Amino acid sequence: MKAVETGSTNVAAIKNINRRSKRLLDFRAQLELGTMIWPGILFIIVFNFIPLFGLVMAFKDYDPITGVKGIFTSPWNHFYHFKEMFRNFQFWPMVKNTLGMNLLGALVSIPVTLLFALFLNEITSRKFKSFIQTITYLPHFLSWVIYGGLIITFLNPQEGIVNFLLVKLHLVDKPIEFLGDPHYFWGLMIVSGLLKDIGWGAILYLAAMAGVEQSLYEAAAIDGASRFKRMLHITLPGILPTLMILIIFAISGMLNNNFTQIYVMQNSLNMSASQVIDTYLYQIGLQQFQFAAATAIGLLKSVFAVLLLVGANYASNRLTRSGLF
Amino acid sequence: MVGGTSVGERAFKASNAVIMVVIMIVTIYPFWYAIISSLNGGMDLQRGPVFLWPRQFTWASWKTVLADPALIQASWITISRTVIVTCISILYTAMFAYAFSRPYIKGKKWYAALGITSMYFSGGLIPTFMLFNWLGLYDSYWVYILPSLFSGFWNVIILNANYKGIPDALYESAKLDGASEYMMFFRIVLPLSKPVLAALSVFSAVGIWNDYGTTLYFTQSENLQTLQYMILKLVQTSSAAEQMSNSVALANPGIAELLARSQGQGLVTAKTIELASMVIASIPMIIMYPFAQRFFAKGVLLGSIKG
Repeated sequence: MKAVETGSTNVAAIKNINRRSKRLLDFRAQLELGTMIWPGILFIIVFNFIPLFGLVMAFKDYDPITGVKGIFTSPWNHFYHFKEMFRNFQFWPMVKNTLGMNLLGALVSIPVTLLFALFLNEITSRKFKSFIQTITYLPHFLSWVIYGGLIITFLNPQEGIVNFLLVKLHLVDKPIEFLGDPHYFWGLMIVSGLLKDIGWGAILYLAAMAGVEQSLYEAAAIDGASRFKRMLHITLPGILPTLMILIIFAISGMLNNNFTQIYVMQNSLNMSASQVIDTYLYQIGLQQFQFAAATAIGLLKSVFAVLLLVGANYASNRLTRSGLF
Repeated sequence: MVGGTSVGERAFKASNAVIMVVIMIVTIYPFWYAIISSLNGGMDLQRGPVFLWPRQFTWASWKTVLADPALIQASWITISRTVIVTCISILYTAMFAYAFSRPYIKGKKWYAALGITSMYFSGGLIPTFMLFNWLGLYDSYWVYILPSLFSGFWNVIILNANYKGIPDALYESAKLDGASEYMMFFRIVLPLSKPVLAALSVFSAVGIWNDYGTTLYFTQSENLQTLQYMILKLVQTSSAAEQMSNSVALANPGIAELLARSQGQGLVTAKTIELASMVIASIPMIIMYPFAQRFFAKGVLLGSIKG
């Protein structure tokens, strides 16, 4: 009887020790995981969330001389910066350039890239296909400074190859100043953007196409569907979710221009077509130190960007039953 | 692939191949043009463009560029920031994602909420500028390093999705052997995630190498210039000079001639210097991308969505 009793207390003691050591182990595991994750959390707080306080500047009479403290002590100014923004003669042309370039850019680049991917997918030789991909990726890895600089060199009225050919072939009387004339700017941005990223953009479509059931193609071929019919009725529906995600991203990015691209090719002569929200923000914010006015524009821009994202996602979910979230 | 060898079919294949070749030429030619022009004599280039091969072959412009102390300083800045940031940020982000991926970590919901919010909301350029200024990062080498040490929540989500492929049994047996969380990360997760880590590293390295925004926004000292920023300045000055000579050329040929001469004489001109620096600054990327290409298939699916 006694022996049994001591035995059961022993078991209880062992269980107790086990539980304690398990708790200790759990605590150690949590502590280790914590040391892994906390620096990142601290990083997010410092570099992502602290700047959000700076947005208060948009509603204040802020003078950069007053420093960080001034953000909180300077007086409210009843939406002065926002009212001033709409009164500014530069505002609407800038919005027009931003939306115009992005909208036309998306309307051109999404279908063209998709077509490229569709036709690339029809190449049966594996080696040739991957060779084409390798070559067309290349410009994506060059910076916009370099690719933009090359485009400028190409289009130069005196030594540029494009004007040289145009004149030689008697297509124009005298060289065209592509970068000195605002009329060409949107087109230049769209075409150069397309050339730089067509190969890269096709990767996503090709990956989606690889996921389409092969037996569908065989069945369609037996039923006598032509190559184009197969593309239209099998490939395209198969990659619709990918396409929708790209369209949602394009819509939510409507107000974001590729600053790195535009800034390289922008000059005083084409400014009327090349000034977009992002370049204007840089100009008044960091070159003219109008911190508060620049913050107001930035804030308005991000609010609309979030609205666009939510709206595009909602529309996509309703129309095609596939969206981002 | 199905499909017979009818005439229509063969015609389609042939024209498709031709279209592809044309697209390849159009995408790659600008870069080829830069290579051959930079290896051509400068004065000779002013007579007319070269098309396939240098007319007057010379290394003069390359030598001039490579001997420029400012360029060496800029290369040093660019290379060091690319290597440091890529190594630390990918390794640390992988570790963060590991901790985040553990189902038993406490406060997971909070971390997720914080991370996802950080993806969609940011203070924008000016508040960031003020923060950097306040932290003493403005016009310091640290501005290239510190703000990039964590590569963002997007990558955490990508890595998290990849970690799901690692079988739970591996973790459990390691736990029974008394492995700590760090050991599990370094011994199990890291070796099994090489492809995705390689892909993310390439994206990170390319992004940093090609970035000129940080230099433009947050520095002013000449010794902090990056390669891309130096080339940006070269492009801007040369295109400004071209515009000036274009507008002058109509009014006064003599002054135009003078301006053209100010761009340099002999083998080396402003144009060939510009092109040679462009080519030289792209060499690391050109060397790296075919090697990295085999990792893309996996990584790019998720990675390139973010643009």
